[in-house]
Amino acid sequence: MSDNLLELDHVTMKFGGVTALDDVTFAIRRGEILGLIGPNGAGKTTCFNVVTGVYAATSGGVHFDGTSLAGLKRFQITKRGIARTFQNIRLFPDMTAVENVMVGADANHRTSVGGALLGLPRHHREEAEGRNTAMELLTFMGIADRAGDAARNLPYGYQRRLEIARALATKPQLLCLDEPAAGFTPAEKVELMDLIRKIRAQGYTVLLIEHDMSLVMGVTDRIVVLDFGKVIATGTPSEVQDNPAVVAAYLGVPDDDA
Amino acid sequence: MSLSESLRSVTSGSYSVSRLGEALAKQSRSVRWSFGAICILALYLLPWWPSVPVLGWIVETPGTSFPSVLTDQVVIFVLVALGLNVVVGLAGLLDLGYVGFYAVGAYTVAILSSQHANLPWLLCMPIAVLVSMIAGVILGTPTLRLRGDYLAIVTLGFGEIIRITANNVEWLGDSRGISNIATPPSIGPLKFTVLDAKPYYFLGFTTILIVIFLLRRLENSRVGRSWNAIREDEDAAELMGVDTFKFKLWAFAIGAAIGGLAGSLYAGKVQFINPNNFPLQLSILFLAAVVLGGAGNMWGAVVGGALVAWMPERFRGFADKRVFVFGVALVLVMVFRPQGLIPRKIRKERWLESWKPSTEADLGGKE
Repeated sequence: MSDNLLELDHVTMKFGGVTALDDVTFAIRRGEILGLIGPNGAGKTTCFNVVTGVYAATSGGVHFDGTSLAGLKRFQITKRGIARTFQNIRLFPDMTAVENVMVGADANHRTSVGGALLGLPRHHREEAEGRNTAMELLTFMGIADRAGDAARNLPYGYQRRLEIARALATKPQLLCLDEPAAGFTPAEKVELMDLIRKIRAQGYTVLLIEHDMSLVMGVTDRIVVLDFGKVIATGTPSEVQDNPAVVAAYLGVPDDDA
Repeated sequence: MSLSESLRSVTSGSYSVSRLGEALAKQSRSVRWSFGAICILALYLLPWWPSVPVLGWIVETPGTSFPSVLTDQVVIFVLVALGLNVVVGLAGLLDLGYVGFYAVGAYTVAILSSQHANLPWLLCMPIAVLVSMIAGVILGTPTLRLRGDYLAIVTLGFGEIIRITANNVEWLGDSRGISNIATPPSIGPLKFTVLDAKPYYFLGFTTILIVIFLLRRLENSRVGRSWNAIREDEDAAELMGVDTFKFKLWAFAIGAAIGGLAGSLYAGKVQFINPNNFPLQLSILFLAAVVLGGAGNMWGAVVGGALVAWMPERFRGFADKRVFVFGVALVLVMVFRPQGLIPRKIRKERWLESWKPSTEADLGGKE
């Protein structure tokens, strides 16, 4: 088995005339926290969407755990072991926090109409298992005190954490976080960094999109930098930080170099 | 009592129903069960309510036999609203052709018990449910890839296709319809004849109870959760591992099956059907019943279905203007209770109070 959990192999994604991803190749190793950074519009979320099956790549392939994800439906990719959160929170607003997480846990369940109508033992077992998983995850994320509240009534920080809990409930191997700290105060960001480290310590591999440089530098093992759909740098946080191409992408090129 | 007064009493009545539900939820299991049993008994005795003082004046239907209103209208509408609520209220799929499934159920019974065979009603009914369910799958498989408005338009077409086909195909009795449809078999003293509507009411009400029991099981399971997730955010649901197409198709099939069940009861009662019994307007009224009662709430669907069926008969005294009165009543209820009379509730997770962490917080690692 290869060390790489997820491999993007020369992925190109075009929307009409716009090339959102241009020959992107990188890999995520098992157990690492990989940061995906880049200026606005660099293609980070598009990259997420290709990995999770929202878009089918124009060319190139995505390999997860040694097999290609081509042709799989979104829910099948989730069941293979890739879970994600959304840049703009997308919870099920009128469902309780614990129900939101139970939907995620259901990815591992098989009860359907027949089992539910007859009240088969598997239905009861899976319901109990779903509740326990959900409550443990809510406790882990520190939001179990509002488990019975509707998701839309939760404070913003709780909603962000609830999204992570819901994604973890699907028992993924790879957790993709799309700007999980957006809108957080510095103190909340520090808490979130600890949380991401704790998640990794449980054996998950994490792919993290983030704008906040201090968060990315502090928590990731390696960083991939995208700019205009191309990978312009890969390496440890300190390597990337000193890379002139990265500095140019974020801060622009000084006039005298132009 | 003026119209606005009676309307206010209807809406405030639904408030107190909600409050009653909350008060009951706090009671012990035995109190809740006995309250439920008394309600069920009282509803079984519904055909006799018009002879009760005061209550009788409220429920009576001037000019029409009250038990007939119950069986031909109320029972049918409640069943249909329960089925449509699965599709519209739970899974969030707008279906404007629901009358099509109702017609398929009724026509299946008519064909098998009169037009082309002589099967007993009791055998026709499950076949009708199955055939409607298959019709739901056939309609759903291509169309459930559409969303929102597009789905609504396709289903609208489906309802019309069924009616127009029945109107033009001689094998289906064309515009003359089908008569001599079999009635349900007698059960002891309960004889299903044209003379007495009450046995049909008992049969219909019992069917409603069974349907409610089964739907509750679905709602409180992975299936119901998936439907809710699809309604709330279909894309997010799929990315969380919900096989959205499969569960939408199940919602359609189950909704269609209940619609077909209602159709088979209707055919067994009236014993004569023709295409004019299944107009587009009926689809709209079915949807009105669900929305009026509170889409997504099963008890709302029951109340909405009963009101939409009963109100036009109650207002029959207004003669030509009764449809107008009925329409105004609907509009006013929607103004004062936009979420419906008994709105969808945030789930009460009663088990949370007694939930204890099995170990200290831990993800348990991955598999």
